Amino acid sequence: MKHTLRVNGLDLTVEADPSTPLLWVLRDSLGLTGTKYGCGMAQCGACTVHGDGQPIRACVIPLSAAAQMKITTIEGLGGSHPLQDAFVRHNVPQCGYCQSGQIMTAAALLAKNPDPDDAQLVAAMNGNICRCGTYQRIKAAIKDAAQVINADKCEEA
Amino acid sequence: MSKIPAGGPSLTRRQVLIGALFAGGSLLVGGLGPATLARGAEDFAAFGPFLRFAPDGTVTVVSKHSEMGQGAQSGLAAIVAEELDADWSRVRVEMAPANLELYRHTVIRRLQITGGSSSISNSWDQLRRVGASARAMFVTAAAREWQAPAGEIQVAEGVVSHPGTGRQATFGSLLSAASRESPPVDPALKTVEEFKLIGTERVHRLDARAKSTGGQTFTLDVQELGLLTALVAHSPRFGGRVKSFDATDAKAISGVVDVFEIPTGVAVVADNFYAASKGRDALVVDWDDSGSEMRSSEEIHEEHRAIGAGDLPGGWVVFAASGDVDPEIDNGIEFKRYEFDFPYLAHTTMEPMNCVAQVDGTKVRLRYGAQSQTADQQGIAAIVGCPPEEVEIETLHCGGSFGRRSVADADYQKECVHIAKHIGGGQAVKLVWTREDDMKAGYYRPIVHHALAIAVDEHGYPALWRQRLVAAPLMAGTRASPEPVVEIQTVEGVQDNPYLKATQRVRAEVAYTRSPITVNWLRSVGHTHTAMAMEHSIDRLARAADIDPAAYRQELYRRADAKRHLGVLALAIEKSAWAEPIEEGWARGIAVHESYNSVVANVAEVQIKNGIPIVRRVVVVSDCGIAISPDQIRAQMEGGVNYGLSLALFGEVVIEKGIVQTTNFHNYRVLRMAETPLVETHVVPSANPPTGTGEPGTPVIAPAVANALLALTGKATERLPFVRV
Repeated sequence: MKHTLRVNGLDLTVEADPSTPLLWVLRDSLGLTGTKYGCGMAQCGACTVHGDGQPIRACVIPLSAAAQMKITTIEGLGGSHPLQDAFVRHNVPQCGYCQSGQIMTAAALLAKNPDPDDAQLVAAMNGNICRCGTYQRIKAAIKDAAQVINADKCEEA
Repeated sequence: MSKIPAGGPSLTRRQVLIGALFAGGSLLVGGLGPATLARGAEDFAAFGPFLRFAPDGTVTVVSKHSEMGQGAQSGLAAIVAEELDADWSRVRVEMAPANLELYRHTVIRRLQITGGSSSISNSWDQLRRVGASARAMFVTAAAREWQAPAGEIQVAEGVVSHPGTGRQATFGSLLSAASRESPPVDPALKTVEEFKLIGTERVHRLDARAKSTGGQTFTLDVQELGLLTALVAHSPRFGGRVKSFDATDAKAISGVVDVFEIPTGVAVVADNFYAASKGRDALVVDWDDSGSEMRSSEEIHEEHRAIGAGDLPGGWVVFAASGDVDPEIDNGIEFKRYEFDFPYLAHTTMEPMNCVAQVDGTKVRLRYGAQSQTADQQGIAAIVGCPPEEVEIETLHCGGSFGRRSVADADYQKECVHIAKHIGGGQAVKLVWTREDDMKAGYYRPIVHHALAIAVDEHGYPALWRQRLVAAPLMAGTRASPEPVVEIQTVEGVQDNPYLKATQRVRAEVAYTRSPITVNWLRSVGHTHTAMAMEHSIDRLARAADIDPAAYRQELYRRADAKRHLGVLALAIEKSAWAEPIEEGWARGIAVHESYNSVVANVAEVQIKNGIPIVRRVVVVSDCGIAISPDQIRAQMEGGVNYGLSLALFGEVVIEKGIVQTTNFHNYRVLRMAETPLVETHVVPSANPPTGTGEPGTPVIAPAVANALLALTGKATERLPFVRV
């Protein structure tokens, strides 16, 4: 069955079972492998992408539902998003496997709340597991990125 | 073998559309052409197998060690860059192919392996020489070209210069001349004072960008035309075998290509993951449990306790003894008896086990996150019937390992090769384990029981130390003989512990248990339990003697002449403000433990909230020799504390009647950001050769927390994890 999916600003046609989780459509059908598989039951956050700007777990969203949303994946973030730069500056990743999901969750948070306090930050990020234990650095990098984004906004103003 | 780019930031519409072609996945292309062969040794002739230069001056360091997250590859590159005087911003690192002759471990010489926190330490001399040797070749070439004395040639930041005449050249422009020079037999190495890069904050991770853009290729990300995906139905119980299966419904699923039996179960091969997954769901398998483990983990705990208490027979092997320790003579002595139960633990890497293999006759090629390349080659070679060195392995970045990817049996790698062999024709097959497959597949840190009986002198210090360990051996099933031996991976951390050295009469022994449940090393291996058994017992002894636990340790370290322990402890006392009072409801716990030749102390600040320990701050002190990358040592200490805390708070694989109950993150709880403490790392300044860093940060936090809880409540911890459901 053919579905049209809007991913990273492009309208793409995929042929797949409508029950296929978005994660596997992105990975196996579209070759967008930045979004990772970690648990398959929305427990770890490794597959986090944006659906209409909201962080969603691609492993449990069927293609039929995803086709109604504008999807953004880590590849759609541009490569030098302030969060990505901050993750590099803070040497955040270790194995790196969870980092796409971490960054996508953080990007959705900062888009909604550009200056989160500690409690808001932890509440937003608590669904994303990192087994290497880079949490301290993720926290620091998000705060750093928030400052950069806010400073840029001030300059623009 | 065209590989689809992993989808970097500049992903074009065309790339996306090319990717879209895979939806059907019906195009089958295969065959193992010469293009897939690993790079030959001749390409390395000029500067050896660890170093390559591009004409533009880019320096590529070839790493014999796998990148599993521990940051070793960046550290290895920095060692070469330092002695070479390269421009660090132009240094890259790439993974070596599997090749024992070129890339053997300098200590574990029969293997190319990444483990035991030894990547940096075993490469330290080797790679310094690589860098210094290449540097000398550039110097000689410049001296010859410029007709200047070699002693007047300088190298800095990738530029070779002669200050006298003002001439200078980049590595790139001198490359051809330098590659014709002979490498010096004994290149001069820098003194520690001459280091410009090592020990500085400039040594960053070389893979941070790729891992922040989704661009890093992991095994799961390997994609190419016609790639097949395989899932395997495994026995629900350890030791179970396929009795029969019905594949009718599985084969009816669109996209399923084949269903067949392999030694470890029934493989379902399909065009893509989702089809393979639905195919496996539709598969009906009847299992033969005649050789299965039918017990529950709780029964296995009871067996270990009974052996420790002498109620069940154990083949005891003594691994540490001094003085006269005779049970008959000991009658009448008052012992303090401490017992510990440690559960099965799963590694739970973020990326579950997976592997890509192609088999064409006796030719075999694998791409996966290998950790023990040349040991894996052995098992794989036996399946396809080729010499081990002809098993081609391309090592990809691992999405975490923590020891899981170096199982001596090469379990999932062999499983993938069996499937690829059945498919044949050089067709690439990607074996994918779901989280549930991974959690149920074993190779756990085994259940371990410690029983200690310690008699103290009139000042409260240990005079007689008896300790019994009961555990499944880590090499079970791979060892040819079942003879009782002392397996270092079980007793490390006790056998070499300074507290035993400080005690006059010692007898420590181990007994092994057997079960079809597979076990293996897990980050810091034996220390995962021995650090807790030793460090919590010491705190209990100190409190029983009414002596400050830090002072009590100092006395024992002095008796054992454990200078590095004393140094680490002193710094931990200072940095944690150990002597200062802490707020009501909070307590500090201290622990010090040596592993992989590094000594690490943790001071944890802990409170109890709703019955659960809350850890807000951990001061870490490490003596790990010279620091190559201070930032990456901090990163490993942070990660080590988090990994160890996760296991200590929540880690427990629960098995009921032989079936694993803890199958995913909803019931095998792991540490999340909300439970993460502030970690402050202090590295003891040192000019000694580097020692381990990936593992030594892991085992110290459990006893530090247990000791804080002891201070808070007076109650000892006798079983991990702290939080049990």
